[in-house]
Amino acid sequence: MSEQTSSTSPQKSVPVLLNVKNLCKYFPIQRGILRRTVGYVRAVDKVNFYILEGETLGLVGESGCGKTTTGRCILRGIEPTSGEIIFLDETETLRDVAKLNKRDLGLLRKDMQMIFQDPYSSLNPRWTLLEIVGEPLVVNHLAKGKELEEQVADLLQRVGLRPEYMRRYPHAFSGGERQRIGIARALASRPKLVVCDEPVSALDVSVRAQTLNLLQDLQAEFKLTYLFISHDLSVVEHICDRVAVMYVGKLVEMAETEELYLQPLHPYTEALMSAVPKSDPDIVSDHIVLEGEVPDPGKPPSGCYFHPRCRYAIERCRVQSPELEEIKPGHFVSCHRARELSLRGVPV
Amino acid sequence: MNNQELIIEVNNLKTYFKLDEGTVKAIDGATFNIRRGETLGLVGESGCGKSMIARSILRIIDPPGKIVDGQILFHRNAGFTDGGKHVEKVIDLAKINPNSPEMRAIRGAEIAMIFQEPMTSLSPVYTIGNQIIEAIQLHRPVTNEQARQEAIDALRRVGMSLPERRVDEYPHQLSGGMRQRAMIAMALSCQPSLLLADEPTTALDVTTQAQILELMMRLKREFGMGIVMITHDLGVIAEIAQRVVVMYLGRVAEIADVRSLFHDPRHPYTQALLKSIPKVGRRARVRLQSVKGMVPNPYDRPNGCLFHPRCPAFMPGVCDRSEPPLISLGGERQVSCFLYGGAEKS
Repeated sequence: MSEQTSSTSPQKSVPVLLNVKNLCKYFPIQRGILRRTVGYVRAVDKVNFYILEGETLGLVGESGCGKTTTGRCILRGIEPTSGEIIFLDETETLRDVAKLNKRDLGLLRKDMQMIFQDPYSSLNPRWTLLEIVGEPLVVNHLAKGKELEEQVADLLQRVGLRPEYMRRYPHAFSGGERQRIGIARALASRPKLVVCDEPVSALDVSVRAQTLNLLQDLQAEFKLTYLFISHDLSVVEHICDRVAVMYVGKLVEMAETEELYLQPLHPYTEALMSAVPKSDPDIVSDHIVLEGEVPDPGKPPSGCYFHPRCRYAIERCRVQSPELEEIKPGHFVSCHRARELSLRGVPV
Repeated sequence: MNNQELIIEVNNLKTYFKLDEGTVKAIDGATFNIRRGETLGLVGESGCGKSMIARSILRIIDPPGKIVDGQILFHRNAGFTDGGKHVEKVIDLAKINPNSPEMRAIRGAEIAMIFQEPMTSLSPVYTIGNQIIEAIQLHRPVTNEQARQEAIDALRRVGMSLPERRVDEYPHQLSGGMRQRAMIAMALSCQPSLLLADEPTTALDVTTQAQILELMMRLKREFGMGIVMITHDLGVIAEIAQRVVVMYLGRVAEIADVRSLFHDPRHPYTQALLKSIPKVGRRARVRLQSVKGMVPNPYDRPNGCLFHPRCPAFMPGVCDRSEPPLISLGGERQVSCFLYGGAEKS
């Protein structure tokens, strides 16, 4: 495993902000009156990736593939079962988030924030915007009183909301505006890393574009690093520098966005790309329709988890689980046949 | 295209919800038609009234919503003449009692609907089979045995594996994609001539979405029915629709065939919408062009053209005065915008 870990280490001059090594999250399946553990759902299974400072890494996959769990484990919103989450903190020291005690974690949390998918359920309806956006400043002792109000006003302005709205409650705002509130709250403590969990999925098309532009502007302004979790491949292509693809708890491919979209090396990525509806009636759609369903992570298939649905599967795929390897510089894939197959990317 | 081939004509339809806070004009004068056997895309953002169109056609609007004006002419197939020609009977669905035997005979049998969230639209306490059998027996006099066999056949047609076993399973035992297949099987069990699909793939993953869209297109070919695809996803529209109706705040903004709509959109709203979607394969880390502002509050609708406060081509004194009529641009195309005429001469 150590070999694999080193293989996903970057060789770039830009510092690595976050390096996730062999991250696992197993949820026990309990049965019977004694709640005996009869098995585990491997929601996140030995996931390795890194994010460079200032870049946006996309994490894509279908529902249930573990992308949200991965994001939450990084912030320790969910306790990871094992693995390392190395984070470069403010003082330029590397710290393993997975091993921090509660107090140190609390201190580090201001450097890592999250934007949630549903702007309706992620804001406390009984709090005003001042309380919602100001909370990270209060708990981290960054501001209080008059200064707090000034900072909240400034944050609201930066996300395109009027500071006068500070005393209002979330119900007075539309979905797009609420998402801006969520973004302002995430940015309040001036984090370095923001985990965006499907930040635009609940928004309408016209508001989605505004929100994506806002996220890009804020990234430039505050030198933010994003982990952008989404199932929408067109949004991911638009906003991400690099993309990692997950399938049933495992990372199957990771590469620079353009490379991944034009020359995918994993059959699952190929199928995923071909399934995206193209917004052009002239492109004759030629979907690779995957047979069957995403397997239950509680009882995954043997060997490569994708083999029952893979049209290139060979005997080896059924028995041996592939490891994530760097096949081309910066292009990681976990497929036995990655070197011999020539797969189709997105038509340009 | 002559009128013979129309199946639904919607004329100046208005569906309002009168609430204490004011009147929500969910549909405010929509006019378009649906042809027999075509796939019509109905697109728009949330709150534009696209789902309400389907609910108005089937007369299943939740109270206090009401059709206050307009017509929904349904060209009902009433058999064949001796010469083999269609005999049509035109009825106005907007006028008949939603609980009348006639409406109930149409709903589900001649016009069927599938919904966005199959978990909430299937009953959790009955098996899939029971629910399909109920739909079949409601409309046709068949024995229990026959109905069950038909239900199994219907499940097989929608690509359900082991339909003999699945027929006795409950919705919670099926995955999202399988539930949507069961919904489609139920909707098609009476071979409707029109299927209203309200965001049928929005809750599904892309690979499952591709499966369901493929299935719907195959079934359309087999049964020859028309489909109204209601969605906010322009990608889905580009893949399957032949003609598209773009709606904004309860009104029709533009009607066009799918190629013209994507290559040469005319209404500023359609133009803005198309520019604001990131396209796969058009790798460009440029800024997206977004539509400025938000969809207005339903209680506080702008005067004149509903899009004018967000419109880049806003003409003061014209767009904010009166409503633009839907004008024909020749061929299939209609647009409701003063840029293409229709303004009163002052």
